[in-house]
Amino acid sequence: MGVEGIGARVLRKEDKRFITGKGRYTDDMVVPGMKHAAFLRSPHAHAKITGIDVEAAKKMPGVIGVLTGKELKADGIGNLICGWMIHSKDGSPMNMGAWSPLATDTVRYVGDAIVIVVADTKGQARDAAEAVDVSYEELPVVVSAVEALKDGAPQIHPEAVNNLIFDWDIGDEKATNDAFAKAAHVTKLDIVNNRLVPNAMEPRATLGVYDAAEDHYTCWTTSQNPHVARLVMSAFYNVAPENKLRVIAPDVGGGFGSKIFIYPEEIICLWASKKTGVPVKWVGDRSESFLADAHGRDHATHAELAFDADNRILGLKVQTIANFGAYMSLFSSSVPTYLYATLLSGQYDIPAIHANVKAVYTNTAPVDAYRGAGRPEASFVLERIMETAARELKVSPAELRRKNFIRSFPHQTPVIMNYDAGDFDATLDAGLKAADYAGFEKRREEAAKRGKLRGIGLSCYIEACGIAPSAAVGSLGAGVGLWESAEVRVNAVGTIEILTGSHSHGQGHETTFAQLATERFGVPLDSISIVHGDTDKVQMGMGTYGSRSGAVGMSAIVKALDKVEAKAKKIAAHLLEADEADIEIKNGDVRVAGTDKSLPWFQVALAAYTAHNLPSGMEPGLKEGAFYDPSNFTFPGGCHICEVEVDPETGVTEIIQFVAADDFGKIINPMIVEGQVHGGLAQGIGQALLEGTHYDDTGQLLTASYMDYTMPRAQDLPSFNIMTTETPCPSNPLGIKGCGEAGAIGSPPAVINAITDAIHNNNLTMPATPQTVWKAIQAAK
Amino acid sequence: MYETQYHRASSVEEAVKLMTSAEDGKLLAGGMTLLPTMKQRLASPSDLVDLRRIEALKGVKIDGRKVTIGAVTTHYDVSTNEELAKICPAITSLASHIGDPQVRNMGTIGGSIANNDPAADYPSALLALDATIITNQRSIPASDFFVGLFETALEPNEIVTAVEFVAPDKAAYKKFPNPASLYAMAGVFVARSGTNIRVAVTGAGENGVFRLADAETALAGNFSPSALDGLIVDPDGLLSDMHASADYRANLVKVMAKRAVAEIANRPM
Repeated sequence: MGVEGIGARVLRKEDKRFITGKGRYTDDMVVPGMKHAAFLRSPHAHAKITGIDVEAAKKMPGVIGVLTGKELKADGIGNLICGWMIHSKDGSPMNMGAWSPLATDTVRYVGDAIVIVVADTKGQARDAAEAVDVSYEELPVVVSAVEALKDGAPQIHPEAVNNLIFDWDIGDEKATNDAFAKAAHVTKLDIVNNRLVPNAMEPRATLGVYDAAEDHYTCWTTSQNPHVARLVMSAFYNVAPENKLRVIAPDVGGGFGSKIFIYPEEIICLWASKKTGVPVKWVGDRSESFLADAHGRDHATHAELAFDADNRILGLKVQTIANFGAYMSLFSSSVPTYLYATLLSGQYDIPAIHANVKAVYTNTAPVDAYRGAGRPEASFVLERIMETAARELKVSPAELRRKNFIRSFPHQTPVIMNYDAGDFDATLDAGLKAADYAGFEKRREEAAKRGKLRGIGLSCYIEACGIAPSAAVGSLGAGVGLWESAEVRVNAVGTIEILTGSHSHGQGHETTFAQLATERFGVPLDSISIVHGDTDKVQMGMGTYGSRSGAVGMSAIVKALDKVEAKAKKIAAHLLEADEADIEIKNGDVRVAGTDKSLPWFQVALAAYTAHNLPSGMEPGLKEGAFYDPSNFTFPGGCHICEVEVDPETGVTEIIQFVAADDFGKIINPMIVEGQVHGGLAQGIGQALLEGTHYDDTGQLLTASYMDYTMPRAQDLPSFNIMTTETPCPSNPLGIKGCGEAGAIGSPPAVINAITDAIHNNNLTMPATPQTVWKAIQAAK
Repeated sequence: MYETQYHRASSVEEAVKLMTSAEDGKLLAGGMTLLPTMKQRLASPSDLVDLRRIEALKGVKIDGRKVTIGAVTTHYDVSTNEELAKICPAITSLASHIGDPQVRNMGTIGGSIANNDPAADYPSALLALDATIITNQRSIPASDFFVGLFETALEPNEIVTAVEFVAPDKAAYKKFPNPASLYAMAGVFVARSGTNIRVAVTGAGENGVFRLADAETALAGNFSPSALDGLIVDPDGLLSDMHASADYRANLVKVMAKRAVAEIANRPM
């Protein structure tokens, strides 16, 4: 390992610029002649546009252009699409409505963009946007997915009757019904997974530059996947052919999924740049972020779990209604289907599962992947119903789980996923011990003496990440493959550049990816640079989301390192007149094993590039690329335990302790993994206790600022007690499972299980705010 | 923010002149409410008249138990005033929990009460302390000053210059914060001087700060938290929003009142 290799707690190389304010974000990009854009957005949740009058706006000071959807369409710019085809049970394809980047005849949610104004300054652009006169004919509004499905609800897209996008299912309905018929006990639970606003620290921004001399576009944008942006903008949105479109995602201040999708603003700024002849920069403000970033979650679920007389699970039935918002975002269809229902077996050996998911349009912001993307929803259903079942069956929640654990691998679940490896007893045992689960009842009694209610809750979660095997997801409807790419360039005097298709927007790749090369060749970390985020510099890659940069991104790097190592050894063997098989590379030296014949690493590199004495037939250079397509998802999992103390007078919940015992497979940098877990826990606890997204009946977003949307603060969170076990993943060279989303996946059920235990009322919605908890306490009296 | 004309007043008289000649002027002290409102384009004063350099409006003066706080005194300065903390720790504590450090460094008592946000902390203190609000024209008792939601007895271009009160024997303030904004959803200030007991509630009323007469009566008989066990706070007339329904808010008022009394009862002499 050394101090800089795999497993080392190396401080992050990228932090210096971030902490000293020298990061280079999209808003820091300045080009000559650059102008500023503002969008006029719909104030109505649902309305026909009967007229757009831009004449007054065009005359305002500093205005260069005021452009509408009509002009956009006339120039052949395409509608936004969802890139993952899902079919309903009856075989019909999903009912995708049209999403024009700038609305032309109908607006469908508050925030829907209608007009772009380009002006000398941001203030002038905003002033002119306010002067655009749009006339609307308001239409009835529906914000609840459950209500939107009912007959008589307002129809949002002509393509989706009853606002139903698809009615999909997975698993074996007959086998599941048969299992239930034999059951000794059935637990039922209705669950809502609350809508979340992503709130990355940096709002979205785009700088679109059209170069008329070269007939070429450059797009600086806040993206988690610049190559995907280029692909989609070229192939589907007709912005430009790929070779005439360069997309650069520079430093990006967090994404959590919200910056995967290609948004209207990005397309429009590029097009507007050509139209107006000036570079066009748009920087969203926090209000726009709330209104128009893709939201997360928003499921309503009915679940039933059947047990035999021995408390072994016989079957699971799940019906979910998923709110998609006003338009289908790029990955939206995959989130409540193949990223959700395929995890419903959890850590348990469940013989029969059937899940039905209905996707529904409403007059709210579009919903798509957000940290965990489908897996938090699955864990919440399963871990809440397991805990509920334990209470009904009057058995220990830990032992009920243990009784049903999968112990033999590989394990084929009834919902497509084939778990390769795992040790669920290990993480449960570690968690129970760390939390002193056995001693809880005493602590509950002591708290009761002080007039406080203590509760403890478990969550034994599993998730599927490292997305994904391309053929597998292709067969399930994905429009892209989910491999990753890398190129390892050894320079002439031995320093190294690693070009990766992954993107780093907080994950620390500039450090952890370099650790791989340090481990392999002993080259110091400082001599290794990671290049990412620019489609001109880096070969095509699929970007960062779904906790894939370790399992997939690093695996591509490893494959490229393998090739570089092989060639370096061939060169060294030739120079040292030894057998290739006897060459070893260690601590920056290339030596013949068992002898003192060696060369420093840089000399092998130099030999490759001077090419004075290379093995016969060998090309000069020391640079190798690789594409890695995973053979399976990876399956991190673990046990989260939350202990709370509730003040019955006010409903305030204090988290006394939070234990996370996780298995992420091989860990490259424990410090960074801890950071990921902390962040995921903060977001999961945020969902459980604090973050609530509210639209009123007219479709106005009431929680559109931090005055009303409660973000987790340090004072809301305990010091986390986290630990890891390492069961290597058998399906990738490093044995990595991934860790970026697990915290947000495992924690919400642990928190809600704890509070419901404390207050003796299992009927509790997220976020469990003081008011919600207090009312539940009153209701249970 | 829309365009606005910024002026620095060097005296109250100059401030009045500037306001009178402005088309639609606003006085600016800490700006902790006004500036964010302007940034969201929800306010567009033609002129801003900045009072922060008028030294006569700043500072805490103590004469025996009589306290005078200049209108442009920051929350930070109130919260860290050692002399004031000795005779009325409830108000220094209240000031130390307004907003966050950045807000406390800028926000002022005059600005806060002139705005009369129903969730602001100072109105409950001033009503419970039976304070007098001194302006450039007159003196107004607190019970007359706070008229309604974002409404005070101030005439156009009347400027608050100071706040005056006599420190009570004992006082305490307990606030239950909105989880998002951390403003008071129920803030109760209890003040006791001899047999005179005043309980004022902020954050909860549909019409702004109010006195809780039933609590005052109960405490007059027995100054202890248990005296309030039977207190019924009427949800009718209380604010109701997604964070706290009127019912829940009524419960919070009662709980905060009890806790304020408990703090007084437990404090060493």
